Amino acid sequence: MKAIAAIAVNVFRESVRDKVLYNLVAFAILLIGASYVLGQLTAGQDVKIIKDLGLSATSIFGLFIAVFIGIGLVSKEVERKSVYSLLPKPIHRYQLIVGKYAGLALTLVVNMAIMTLALYGVLLYMAWGVDPAVQRAWDAPALDPALLKAIALILTGLLLVTAIALFFSTFSTPLLSAALTFGFYIAGQFSVDLRNFDQVVDSKAAVFLARGVYWVLPNLAQFDVKAQVVHGQAVPDTYLALTMAYAVLYIAMLLVVAAFVFSKRDFK
Amino acid sequence: MRTLGVVALAAGLLVAAARVQAARERAFPPTIDVDDSLLVTSGSALRRLSVSLNPLAADMYWIRAIQYYGGAKRRLTEDPLKPAPPPMIAASSEYEQLYTLLDLTTTLDPRFDVAYRFGAVFLAEAYPSGAGRADLAIKLLQKGLRERPDKWEYMEDIGFVYYWFEHDYREAAAWFDKAGDVPGAPNWLKPLAATTLAQGGDRRSSRVMWLNMLQTAQVDWLRAAAEHRLKQLAALENIEAAQALVDAFTRDTGRPPADWGTLVRAGRVRGFILDPDGVPYELTPDGKVQLSPASPLNPLPTEPQRADGPR
Repeated sequence: MKAIAAIAVNVFRESVRDKVLYNLVAFAILLIGASYVLGQLTAGQDVKIIKDLGLSATSIFGLFIAVFIGIGLVSKEVERKSVYSLLPKPIHRYQLIVGKYAGLALTLVVNMAIMTLALYGVLLYMAWGVDPAVQRAWDAPALDPALLKAIALILTGLLLVTAIALFFSTFSTPLLSAALTFGFYIAGQFSVDLRNFDQVVDSKAAVFLARGVYWVLPNLAQFDVKAQVVHGQAVPDTYLALTMAYAVLYIAMLLVVAAFVFSKRDFK
Repeated sequence: MRTLGVVALAAGLLVAAARVQAARERAFPPTIDVDDSLLVTSGSALRRLSVSLNPLAADMYWIRAIQYYGGAKRRLTEDPLKPAPPPMIAASSEYEQLYTLLDLTTTLDPRFDVAYRFGAVFLAEAYPSGAGRADLAIKLLQKGLRERPDKWEYMEDIGFVYYWFEHDYREAAAWFDKAGDVPGAPNWLKPLAATTLAQGGDRRSSRVMWLNMLQTAQVDWLRAAAEHRLKQLAALENIEAAQALVDAFTRDTGRPPADWGTLVRAGRVRGFILDPDGVPYELTPDGKVQLSPASPLNPLPTEPQRADGPR
């Protein structure tokens, strides 16, 4: 456990050294700039649009961090040959995988926490002094705590994408890992189409195959409740719990396979 | 010191580039691109292209729809001499893409309330203030109703479009009645439905609707539009009252008054009669009272007519 924690902290430090947190500056500039401009452009929809923008930016920035750091977590060690200095140490290979994953997860959590604070800050500024009658007409209050549900699911989805990136990173080059991870990300957004394949195809075999792929592919669309939250629609706690449980199990599966693949690699 | 020198050099070069660009623009003015073509017109295709960012894409299209509407309206009002095309042609010219933009917005975010409600106003408003396409406004609101069948506001808006723009009081009354049936709907909708059905259009009903819009408007421009309409309704009433005075004078003297001064001297009015924006009404040589061409209330709307004769 100690070894995993040490590796995780190291990954986090490295991401800070790599100026990953600079994206927070871009996020802040984007939100503050948008909050200033949107009032002039959106016919009173500035709070809704800032929520959409904040949640989408959180998701995109997080995705880039998850993919572009995730794909290098293992392959970079191999390319730099630093893995040779790690392997003789008294750590298991699975600990290296789990530690790397935990480090990037920590980076994402810190990023998301700061972005969430920034989003609430901008929303507070935008709602400040607005006529209560106008505020009542909004679908949801500006400082709606339910935004945290959307953010929690975005984070969970990103942790799953990180696990996918890390998995590919254990046996592939960074470029191919990035392509595969983005491919899985896109496919994961539309995997429901595979479930409903019987509505467009008559072949039972094709439907069976599509259903099979549906259950194997990560279902990433379920982590997207941005629209519901912004429009003040309820996101039940049971939905949240089931979606997170799915993510935990899928991540665990990916880490197990990643650790297995990495343990089989020959670095001699 | 060296850093400062580099910064100064870079700033100097940037300023010089900007000045050269300004000189080039003076010599060869850039054309203003008003081509509003849409590359993707399928909402479902856009939903896929925008992956998990549908709400944000909807916001972009909403902003674009507002800019498109505002731009077209500004171009048209800057050129008031341009003759109005027939209603169906109007929507195929300056406001051609408006419905598509609103349709895309609401497909990307089917609960984008404002896009349905304001969008319907943009579409229904008579040309050149809007596309003059009440049919598309109703289509957009009905799309919203398919998403949220309990949204009485959309039903009220459909009724309003039928009432104000189509002058179809039977349909308007039916929609007000339907809206009044929805739990939580305001209690004035049912009486409004009954009045509309019994009397067709009357100014009192129009005032109720615009007052309601003024009170529930969430944004300044819609509030301003409702205030403008209410002033126009007041102006119509003023004109009717002033016309009665002028007609009485004409009857009594055998000829219409030459100007307001004549009426003042005859003790019929105390002074110039002003419209709600403070501009004096115009008195034509043949004794007709009308808005001054200088009044911001021009042009007055074509009012809904009572079913049972003059109001």
